[in-house]
Amino acid sequence: MLTLQFIPYAEIEDLTSEKRISKLLNVVKENKIVVLEGRLRKEEEADLIKQTMESIDEDFKGIELSVIFPDMRNKMALDNLRKLFINLLLGDRTGITIIGPASVVKEIKKDPNKIELLTQPLRRKKKR
Amino acid sequence: MAVSGFIARFFPFLNSLFQRRTNIKLGLYGPPNAGKTTMANSICQECLGEDMGVVSNIAHETREIQVKEQITIKSGKKQLSFTLVDTPGIATKIDYEDFLKYGMNEREAKRRAKEATKGVIDSIKWLDDMDTVIVVLDSTKDPMSQVNITIIGNLAARNIPVLIVANKIDLKKADIKRVRAAFPQYEVVGISAKYGNNLTEFYDALFKIVEKRGL
Repeated sequence: MLTLQFIPYAEIEDLTSEKRISKLLNVVKENKIVVLEGRLRKEEEADLIKQTMESIDEDFKGIELSVIFPDMRNKMALDNLRKLFINLLLGDRTGITIIGPASVVKEIKKDPNKIELLTQPLRRKKKR
Repeated sequence: MAVSGFIARFFPFLNSLFQRRTNIKLGLYGPPNAGKTTMANSICQECLGEDMGVVSNIAHETREIQVKEQITIKSGKKQLSFTLVDTPGIATKIDYEDFLKYGMNEREAKRRAKEATKGVIDSIKWLDDMDTVIVVLDSTKDPMSQVNITIIGNLAARNIPVLIVANKIDLKKADIKRVRAAFPQYEVVGISAKYGNNLTEFYDALFKIVEKRGL
């Protein structure tokens, strides 16, 4: 069974870069696909690759990473400025980052029908 | 003040035209199998008459950082000296089973995968040491991969000048327009590192980028 785990930005915003990456990677190593609200910083993306490489062994083959974000090129300058200001204060919440275990994504590519959705918002889980 | 210092201070234009530049660190970055080492070999053959590294069609052939110092290229009266740094390809996944398809035994494949992971880590660590980076992309493949975006985004975040090389233009499937459309804010030069096509255009673009940044 394939599990998608949604992680709201609020779950990682107070963490250091190192802890953010560890948190995301630990979920991926449980064979789950992370759907993160927002984006990591560019340096964090590179660190995520670095930490992934350090974790590779016979069972864990690495990750597939994809960042989806709205195209801002055609937006008004004022909109972009507002977005930049909000990002500066609150972190980059625009877009979605998807991180999956490479072996699981490979299986999905072979047979897209295997996808079965099971989202587990962390927040709700904690309240229980 | 020495004459050269006087020229450098008051006539930077003349300085850039006639003076030998200080040695800069030029990195070759990109995904595996884009042709970074083939390109490094083309440059080294032209300047030093020797190869820089071994090339093959198996991904992750370069698994250690390779450095060649004192490479000088010329364009008219200008010349540029640099240290060339060829880096292992950056990837987000490495599966030893992929190497088995090339006839390696399991032990060999696992060793290669282990070395390849270390190579990726080293490539990322060396990013901060670069003065200018050539991002080598395979022009027959989709340039909008997350690895390419991450590499270029990291260079931009570090304020390191970038020149994108769309390699393998000798192949039928090559599409430089697609590379240009993916990264419109960067200069893109199409080359064939294997056959040495368009290397002069590449050198000219490199001179431009170095001069623009005052390196």
